[in-house]
Amino acid sequence: MILAQLEGQPLVRWDWVADHLDDIWAATKEHLVLTGIALGVGLILSVALSLLAIRYRKTYTPITWITGILYTIPSLALFSILVPITGLSVLTAEIGLVGYTLLILIRNIVAGIDGVDPAIKEAAIGMGYTRLRLLIQIEVPLALPVIIAGIRIASVTTIGLVTVAALIGKGGLGFFILQGLRRFFTTEIVVGAVMSVALAVAIDLLLVLAQHALTPWVRAKATV
Amino acid sequence: MEFLSEVVHFFADGANWVGNAGILNRTLEHVGLSAFSMAVASLIAIPPALFLGHTGRGGFFAVSIVNIGRAVPSFAIVALALPVSIKLGLGLGFWPTFLALVALALPPMFTNTYTGVREVDRDTVEAGLGMGMTGWEVLSGIELPLASPVMLAAVRVAAVQVVATATLGALVAWGGLGRYIIDGFSQGDNVEVFVGGVLVALLAVVTQLFLGWVERRAVPAGLRKANAAREGNVEAAVQVA
Repeated sequence: MILAQLEGQPLVRWDWVADHLDDIWAATKEHLVLTGIALGVGLILSVALSLLAIRYRKTYTPITWITGILYTIPSLALFSILVPITGLSVLTAEIGLVGYTLLILIRNIVAGIDGVDPAIKEAAIGMGYTRLRLLIQIEVPLALPVIIAGIRIASVTTIGLVTVAALIGKGGLGFFILQGLRRFFTTEIVVGAVMSVALAVAIDLLLVLAQHALTPWVRAKATV
Repeated sequence: MEFLSEVVHFFADGANWVGNAGILNRTLEHVGLSAFSMAVASLIAIPPALFLGHTGRGGFFAVSIVNIGRAVPSFAIVALALPVSIKLGLGLGFWPTFLALVALALPPMFTNTYTGVREVDRDTVEAGLGMGMTGWEVLSGIELPLASPVMLAAVRVAAVQVVATATLGALVAWGGLGRYIIDGFSQGDNVEVFVGGVLVALLAVVTQLFLGWVERRAVPAGLRKANAAREGNVEAAVQVA
């Protein structure tokens, strides 16, 4: 029966892959869009919350506590709790995906800015820098390696989590994994898994290059 | 709200708690398989990591394995465990879920045990050797206790991830709390989906808090402060499921 069908088939049927290049490309694009929205919105929220935490130190513990609990809740559980409210929609997927980026991003932004040498800040203040200029021109650039390290972790995590969103019908490449499971067709599972890993590696590489270009004064040292 | 009252009714109905598909049995299955997978994964990951950390070999492997582990989605691991399990003649249900959970728990525990042992101050190790301690004594008396905070943090992070991913076992015909979610989806029953989501979320948070408590009890007092800072890295090294 079905199991026998699974036993007999090769791991990847290349003719299926060749026939479905369009579908694979469309799913990859959907995957990228879902990831991009999650990272974009997550970054905006994280910057806002990080600024709050840096300005009013007392808020940092509750912020990491709440985002930490959010981070602990399994993605499928979170989607399930949201479905009755927001339905099987992109919104449901994105609320979850954005939620998971927050802890990682906030922790890295705050740690990055905290890590700026106090002597450099003193010098800038002595030269008459305002608080805003200090932040934008001194602290953020110097914190960039740590912030980008956070974005790298968040992006790899998000790309993996998008696949789970296939269960609520918005999963990009996760769609193939789910279909493969339902039809006992390993080719689809492998295509979904391999493409999603490839995407994660490619985005990670791009971010490394971006960091390299943006912070020419840091070489060879990567902080994770 | 009507939906919420339906959810309350679900929980209030004793019939939903007992029996094979009851909440109690599903929770037991979920916790049982998670604990079993964690135990097996610890036995596979920790001894070689301690040995390699002690001898200082295999550092590149330790770093690579966690990076690869992070890039492969847990959903894909569960899905890929199915053909593997069937090729091995183990069939559906329990085995593919178990294989996936073990595969998932290995990288963080291996890497953090390795790093934990490697990061023990070399002077402390030298002092032990100078006092005539054997390699085994150094490992069990110095390196293991000093690495324990990092190791325990990794166990906690892996356990939360295992509990989360066990939910996906329902997709390969296993039980556990994921059944409510997966069955609810296929029947279009939002109450069941919601109930499953709440139960899984609760279990994950309880696991996190419980193991956090164990960690605080088990870590030698003198180390607690020094290692609080490092913990952040351990968590960042692991993906959410």
